[in-house]
Amino acid sequence: MASIHVDIVSAEGQIHSGEAQMVFAPAEMGEVGIAPRHTPLLTKLVPGAVRVKALDGSEQSFFVGGGILEVQPHLVTVLADSALRAKDADEAAALAAKQSAEEKLAGAKGDIDLAKAQAELIEAAARLQFVQKLKNPSHR
Amino acid sequence: MPGSKEIRTKIKSVKNTQKITRAMEKVAMSKMRKAQDRMAQARPYAEKIRRTLGHIAQANAEYVHPFMVERPAKRVGLIIITSDRGLAGGLNVNTFRVALKALREYKDKNVDVELALIGNKAVAYFKRLGGNVTATQTHLGDRPHLDQLLGVIKVMTDAYREGRIDRLLLVSSTFVNTMTQRPQLRQLLPVEPVQDEKLLAHWDYIYEPTPAGLLDFVLQRYIESQVYQAVIENAACEQSARMVAMKSATDNAGKIITNLQMIYNKARQASITKEISEIVGGAAAV
Repeated sequence: MASIHVDIVSAEGQIHSGEAQMVFAPAEMGEVGIAPRHTPLLTKLVPGAVRVKALDGSEQSFFVGGGILEVQPHLVTVLADSALRAKDADEAAALAAKQSAEEKLAGAKGDIDLAKAQAELIEAAARLQFVQKLKNPSHR
Repeated sequence: MPGSKEIRTKIKSVKNTQKITRAMEKVAMSKMRKAQDRMAQARPYAEKIRRTLGHIAQANAEYVHPFMVERPAKRVGLIIITSDRGLAGGLNVNTFRVALKALREYKDKNVDVELALIGNKAVAYFKRLGGNVTATQTHLGDRPHLDQLLGVIKVMTDAYREGRIDRLLLVSSTFVNTMTQRPQLRQLLPVEPVQDEKLLAHWDYIYEPTPAGLLDFVLQRYIESQVYQAVIENAACEQSARMVAMKSATDNAGKIITNLQMIYNKARQASITKEISEIVGGAAAV
């Protein structure tokens, strides 16, 4: 029997990997069913269940909160989002990151003082070397 | 017995320090294991999205996304990832060294650099040095979450989309093994083409709904996964660097205690000898 390899992963871990007869996924334009030798397809997923029909006929369901579905003739990859995300949530997060930059660096000079940085780095490196020497007296 | 009390107090205080460093070493050790696990767990996603991107790069797409087009670098974005806390040996110093080298090179070429900082140490460092910082994120904790990073990533990818920066780079520590962490500078944008496997010569995806929106989505996720991967790798580096630093601190404290104990014993011996000779001298005089 023809089979298709399925990988379901999220940013925080692998969820499922194995061979299947058929895969059903909640694509943005409606649920799609993928059989082996499906034509290459790339689409977004909406929150819902990805169902994998294994070779022995048993079916497993995995919840995904959205993500990407990539289909190659013998390979299905589901890149699941690890968190539920709304567009405004991303915008708000971006704004917060910008604001925190402004708050934290208020009063800082606009241009990087490279000479000062270099001096500080050299000092820190020397200090590190010193500690390492202390650790191995044979190098003293 | 001159100074013996001072020496005893000193020994006691070094012992206390040793207790603290030893405890920190143990804590870092157990946290390191967890951090390494998390690093391993995130790897499949990074690999799979890389593979997908490799496929996309080979597809004869009618649409080319700006994230994949090289353009002359007039302004550059740099994401610097450090730890939130110190006492981790040379970890952050080494990261800064790589970052500053890049900054200096771009300064020589008259290229402006926009910074995005992740981690308290980077924020504190560039607060002192100054610099054009557009986004920061701190207090990620031991279990960094992708949600916490989205803001910083979006600021930088938006800057790239709007043409405010022409290249996006990332500096962070990479985990070689428990003893070795190596700071590394990587390019995130434009995405360098990945070509792992050969597919059929002429084909393209069916894109649902549109190639533009989809590629944008995939590439955004790709950048996110790269940054997330770097952050959790950095967390594992932090713990192992701290473990090593605290181990050497504990060893050093042990050495100091031995030395002090020696001095203390000598002083005690000397005072006893002196007392005896005084008594003997006194008895002889009578």
